[in-house]
Order: sequence, then C-alpha cells, then structure tokens
Amino acid sequence: MSDKISIMLIASKREQLQMAAMVASVGAVSGSDVTVFLSMNAMEYFKKDCNTKAPADGPMGALLEDKNAPDFKDLFQQAVELGDAKIFPCSMAVDIMGLSQDDLEDYISEPLGLTKFLTDASEGQVWTF
Amino acid sequence: MSERKLVDAKNTFCPGPLMELIANMKQAEVGDELEVLSTDEGSANDIPEWINKVGHEVLESFQNDGVWHIVVKKAK
Repeated sequence: MSDKISIMLIASKREQLQMAAMVASVGAVSGSDVTVFLSMNAMEYFKKDCNTKAPADGPMGALLEDKNAPDFKDLFQQAVELGDAKIFPCSMAVDIMGLSQDDLEDYISEPLGLTKFLTDASEGQVWTF
Repeated sequence: MSERKLVDAKNTFCPGPLMELIANMKQAEVGDELEVLSTDEGSANDIPEWINKVGHEVLESFQNDGVWHIVVKKAK
C-alpha cells in the first residue's frame, strides 16, 4: 500500500513548521509517498546559513522550544533520509530570493514549478501549513 | 542469537522517539529486538501503532518510574 501526501508549506511560525514536519516525517516513514513544496516565508529556514529561529505564534510554540521538542528541520531531514520524502523549493521563490540550489540544505531537491506540484498533488491527500 | 538494542529517546517528544527507533531499525537485521525508552506517553501509544502499520512486532510495552519501555522485533 502506498498512498500519497502532498504538503504545501509557506508558514514562518514554529507551530506550523513543526506540524508540517511531523506530518511529513511520520507519513514518510509509514510508507506514504510524501512531497513537500516550500514557498513564501518558509523558504528562509531551509537556507544552509540560516541562523534565524522560527518565532512562536502562541504559547504552544514557546512550549515546543522549552520542552525540547524535536527540531522541525531535523524532522524534515529524517523524512527524506528515513522515508524517502521529497522536499522541493518553489521555483518562483528560488528566483525571487536569488538562490541557487547550493544555498539550500543538502536534503532539499531541485526547484519545482507550481504546475508540476499541482499535477502531482491531484491524487492523494493535500495539506497546507 | 539476535541481540536487543537499547534506543534511549527519553526527554524528547513525538515524533522524536519514533524517528530514533526507525533510524535504529534501518541498521538492524531481521529478527533483532530493539527496546525504546521514552518519557513521552504519546510516543508510547504511537510507536506500537506504527509497528503494526508497517508489519513489525511489538513484544512488550510497560512503564517503569515514568519511563515507557517498548520492545519491538524487526520482522522484515
């Protein structure tokens, strides 16, 4: 059994990034075919030289930080390495930010256009964060 | 004889213990037993759910001094 999970991630806040990372990692290691499409303010965190911590949206985000919840970037990396998830940066976002693929973490795939993502996402579950 | 590997995933939260178990599971041989230690009750429930979903085996699950022990066997 292999179902398909497509995740669009555009958020900048810790809670949304964390939840997206949880769905991606647990889905991928449970046999689902997981695709993550990164764009807008989420892009920043996947740059190799990013030192910015995702700000909390509310009290839960602060708790995630205080209680040593897994780092969302580690979870995305595990989704790729342990569950064969694919994480694609939006090609528009890469262009507008003036990035090359080398600027992004090594577990991030090549830029993907929205048309292709929408075609891929037309089957299975679609999640947005 | 198969060995039992200890996976100490205390003091983190879901899905940390599950991901640590899976990382260790990848290295293990079929028939090996792994014992996960977790202080997170959600993980104590979620790990057996994952094991059953992907077709491995839960041998035992118990709590001792605030730590859950989940013993699993790699079945494939």
